[in-house]
Amino acid sequence: MKKSIFGALAVSTMLSPVAAMAETEVQFWHAFTGRLGELVKAQVEDFNASQSEYTVVESHKGNYSETLNAGIAAFRAGEQPHILMVFEVGTATMMAAAGAVRPVFEVMAQSGATFDPDAYIGSVKGYYTSTNGDMLSLPFNSSTPVLWVNRDAMAAAGVDPDTDLSTWQNVGAALDALKAGGEECPLVTAWQSWIHLENLSAYHDVPFASKDNGFAGLDTEMMLNGEAQVAHLAAMGQWAKDGKFIYTGRRNEGGANFRAGDCALFTESSAGYAGIKSEAKFDFDVRPLPYWEGVGNSPQNTIIGGASLWVMEGHEEAEYKGVGEFLSFLSSSDVQAQWHQDTGYLPITTAAGEATRASGFYDANPGTDVAVIQMTTNEPTANSKGLRLGSFDQIRGIIDEELEGIWSGDKTAQEAMDSAKERGDALLRRFEAANR
Amino acid sequence: MEKRVTFRGWLLPMLLIAPQVVISAVFFFYPAGQAIWQSLFIPDPFGLSSQYVGLGNFEYLLGDRFYRASFVTTAVFSILVTLCSMIPALFLAVMADRLIKGSGVYRTMLIWPYAVAPAIAGVLWLFMFNTRVGVVSWYLGTLGYDWNHVLNGGEAMGLVVVASSWGRISYNFLFFFAALQAVPRSVIEAAAIDGARFWRRFWTIVLPLLSPTTFFLLVVNVVYAFFETFGVIHTITSGGPQQSTTILVYKVFSDGFVGQDLGSSSAQSVILLFVVGVLTIVQFKFVEKRVHY
Amino acid sequence: MAFFKTGDTHGMVEKRGAGLWLTHVVMILGVLVIFFPIWLAFVASTVTQPEIVRPPMPLWPGDQFLENYSKALFSGVNVPVTTMLFNSLVMAIGIAVGKIVISLLSAFAIVYFRFPGKILFFWMIFLTLMLPVEVRIVPTYEVVAGFGMLNSYGGLIMPLIASATATFLFRQFFLTIPDELAEAARVDGASPMQFFWDIVVPMSRTNVAALFVILFIYGWNQYLWPLLITTDPEMNTIVMGIRQMFPSGDDVAEWPVIMATSILAMIPPVIVVVSMQRLFIRGLVDSEK
Repeated sequence: MKKSIFGALAVSTMLSPVAAMAETEVQFWHAFTGRLGELVKAQVEDFNASQSEYTVVESHKGNYSETLNAGIAAFRAGEQPHILMVFEVGTATMMAAAGAVRPVFEVMAQSGATFDPDAYIGSVKGYYTSTNGDMLSLPFNSSTPVLWVNRDAMAAAGVDPDTDLSTWQNVGAALDALKAGGEECPLVTAWQSWIHLENLSAYHDVPFASKDNGFAGLDTEMMLNGEAQVAHLAAMGQWAKDGKFIYTGRRNEGGANFRAGDCALFTESSAGYAGIKSEAKFDFDVRPLPYWEGVGNSPQNTIIGGASLWVMEGHEEAEYKGVGEFLSFLSSSDVQAQWHQDTGYLPITTAAGEATRASGFYDANPGTDVAVIQMTTNEPTANSKGLRLGSFDQIRGIIDEELEGIWSGDKTAQEAMDSAKERGDALLRRFEAANR
Repeated sequence: MEKRVTFRGWLLPMLLIAPQVVISAVFFFYPAGQAIWQSLFIPDPFGLSSQYVGLGNFEYLLGDRFYRASFVTTAVFSILVTLCSMIPALFLAVMADRLIKGSGVYRTMLIWPYAVAPAIAGVLWLFMFNTRVGVVSWYLGTLGYDWNHVLNGGEAMGLVVVASSWGRISYNFLFFFAALQAVPRSVIEAAAIDGARFWRRFWTIVLPLLSPTTFFLLVVNVVYAFFETFGVIHTITSGGPQQSTTILVYKVFSDGFVGQDLGSSSAQSVILLFVVGVLTIVQFKFVEKRVHY
Repeated sequence: MAFFKTGDTHGMVEKRGAGLWLTHVVMILGVLVIFFPIWLAFVASTVTQPEIVRPPMPLWPGDQFLENYSKALFSGVNVPVTTMLFNSLVMAIGIAVGKIVISLLSAFAIVYFRFPGKILFFWMIFLTLMLPVEVRIVPTYEVVAGFGMLNSYGGLIMPLIASATATFLFRQFFLTIPDELAEAARVDGASPMQFFWDIVVPMSRTNVAALFVILFIYGWNQYLWPLLITTDPEMNTIVMGIRQMFPSGDDVAEWPVIMATSILAMIPPVIVVVSMQRLFIRGLVDSEK
C-alpha cells in the first residue's frame, strides 16, 4: 500500500506498521459510506485491536450493485477479496457460483471459530440458508419494512394520530380522512417492489415465485400476478389516482419527502430510523406494516432486505481462519447489539435482541422493536422465508417499470403483473441457462 | 489522400506507429474480439462456465419488443440532445461574437458546465428537479405545475435531455465561437449593419460558412448522446418511468452490470458496434470531403 | 503564450445603441440559465443539511462554507478529497499527454511515409474510433488485471488512450501543412525526425492545446472505468468518489459535503479550460482552415 497523507492521519487504533506486516491480511469489500461506513470501519478497527494474528482491511466499493460487480470482475481476474458484501437480491447469483464462493458454514467449521447456527434468528438467516439448513452467507445488515407515521401531519388533517393502522382496510379509511383533511401527500413509499410485492406476498403467506420462491430450484417461475398481489396493487393504483398515494421513485426518494414533513404515512425499511430521527422535525411513530384482513394467513412474517457477507474462494487456508474469526466476532452478542442500536438494522442473533431489550433501549426508543417483533412472531413458511431468484436486481427493475404503469394509470394491476411475470420469467430462463 | 512529398525508409515509421498499434491491439482489439466472441455464449457471471448458443443472444434481443423500442427511444433522445445542445450554443456564440467588451467574462461563465462530469451533472439536475423537494420542482409547484418525472415519461425524457445537453452547450459554444472568429471580418461587417438585416445575413452568409463546424458537431454530438450519457440516465431515471428513457447504451450497461447477463450485454455491444460503424463511416466520408475545400 | 487572438478584427462590428444592450441582456440571461446549476451547487455547499432538505432551499450562500469544505477536504469517503484530486489529475494528464504523444507520432508516420502495411495499420487505428470503453469493459478489465495493472495509474490511463480520435485530427492537420516545407527540409538534408521536431510539432502547437483540453476533460470525467479497476481506496478518483458519497440503502445523503466536493472537483478542469481557452479556440480555428 502506498504511503500517504491518509497514513499519517490514520486512526490511532491501528497497530504499528511492523506488527501489521506480520499479520495475515483479510480483504473486506462493502457498500457502506457516510455514517454506516464509519460504523463498519469502527467494527473492523475493534476486531483488529482485539487480536494480533489477522488484519481486516475494509474497502468501500460503491453502492450495492457496484460492490457486487467489483467483486465479480475481481474474481474473474483472480483479485477477489476474502469477504464480499452482497445485497439480498444478489443471493441467487452468489449461490449459483459454486466455484467462486465458500459457504459460511464451511468456513466456520474449518476455522474452528465458535459457531452455533441456532443462535441466529430464523427469519433473518433463512434468506441466506440452503434448503438443507446450511448457512451460506452471514447476514450483515438486515431490515424489514414498517409503517412510519407523521403524527403532526395526521393531527393537522384532523385524523387521530393513534388510529389503528394495522390493516390496509384501516389505512384506506385513514387515507380518505387525510385527503379530506387537506393532506396533499397522505401515503408515500420507498422500495416499492420489496415492500408492496415481495413483502406483501410473504406477509400474506402467498407465493411470489414457484419452487418455494426459488429456494428449491432454478426452474422457478414468477407468481406475482396472483390474486392477493393484484388486489393490493389495484387498491394502491386507485389511491395513486385519487392523489392519496404519491409515487416518488424506485428507490427511497420518498424518504426525503417524509423527512421534510411533507407526507403523513410512509412505508419504508426499519433501517430508515436513523435518518428520520436526525432530520424529522415532527412527532413520528413506527407501526407494523399493515396487512389485508382476511387475505391469506396474514399477518405471517415479513422478509428482510439488506446485505450479507459472502466468503470468496481462491485464498490461502490460513486466511480463511482469519475470515472465520472475523465473522465470529461480528456475530457476537455485544457487536450485534451495538450495531442493532446504532443503525436500526435487525440483530442477527436472538441473544443480541435480548441484550438490547435488557439494556432498556427499546423503552428509551419506542418503536425500534416493531421490526424485530414483526419478523419473529411466526416461524417462516416456504412463502415467507425469502426469495432466491436469478437476475433479481434486473427483475426488480422490470417490476418497477410495470408498477409505474399502474401508478400512472396506463395499465391495470392485472395487466402489469402479467407482463412482469412474462418478462421476469424470460430472465429466469436465461439465468437458468447460464448456470446449468 | 496522400502527401506528394514523403520521406524514405520503413523502419522509422514502423517505430513511430508502434506505440499506438500496440496499445490499440492490447486494449482495444483483443477486448473487442472477446466481446464479439462472448456474444455467442451465455456465460455465468464469474466466468466459471458458459453455454454456446450461436446467435441465440441476438435472437433473444431482437425478439424482445422492449429492446426494439429502445432503438426508437435512442433516436429520439439523440436527436433531442443534439438539437438542445447545438441551437442554444450557436445562438450564444453568435451573441458573444458580436461583443468585444465583456465577451471574455460571459465566455468563461458559459464554459464551466463543460468541466462538469456527466455523472455529476446528473446529480445536479436531479438535485434541482427532485419531485417536490428539488428547488426547481418546488417553485414549479408553487406556480401550480406538478413536476413529476418519476411517472411522466415526457418529463423524464425532458430532464435527461436537458441534463445531458447542458455540458455539451458549453462544448459546442466553444467550437461555434472559434468558427465565428475565423469568419472573414468583411462578411461580419457587412452583416452587422443593423439588427433586422443581421439575422437575414446570418442565415444567408454566415451560417453556410459554419457548415463544416456544424456538421462536425452534429456527428460528435450524436456519438456523445449514444455513448456518454448513460451516467446521466443511470443517476436520474434508471431508464424509467416504465422504459421511457432506456437508451441502447444504458441497456448494455444495465444488462451487463445490473443483470450480470454478459451474453446479452456482449450481443448488444456487437449491435452497437455495427450502428456506430455506420456513423463513423459517415463521419469519415464527411471529413475526407472537407479537406478538399 | 503569445498567440492570443484579440478581438480587434471585429472592432467595427460592435455597434452602439439598442442592439448592443440587447446582446448584453441576452448573454446575461444565457449565462444565468447555464450557470444556475453550478450556482445552486455552490449555495448547497455553504448551508446546513436541514436548510437543503426542507424546501425551498435558499438561493443565496449561507455561512457554513468553511465547515463543509474542510469536512469534504479532510474526511472524504475512504480517502481525503486531496488524494482523489491528485489521482484524477494524474489520470487526466496521463491520458491527455499519452494520447497526444502517440497520436502525433503515428499521424506523422501515416502522413509522411510509405511503408508496408500502412493501409492496414491505418484502418486498424481508425476502427478504434468505434467502440467506447464502456462497451468492451469486462474483457478490457481482464486484460488489465492480467498485466497486474489494477490499482495503478497505468491501468487507469492506458485503455483510455486506445482510441484514434487524436490521431485522426492530427492526420487531418498534417495533410494541410504545405508540401513545400517537407520538400525544403528534404533538400536541406534534414532527417525526418528533425523535420518533425522543428516544423511539425511547433506548427501543431495550437492543435495540441485544443486536444489537451478535450482529453484532459475526457480523462477527468471518467467514472465507470476507475470504479472498476481501483480496489485500493488510495487510487480512487474524484468523480467516482463523489458518486460513492451517495449511500446505499436507507442512509441519508449528506448534501452540503457532497456539493462541496462537487465544487472542488470542478476547479481543476475549469482552470484548465479557462486558462487555455484562447489557445484552445485558436487551435479550433486553425484546424478549421
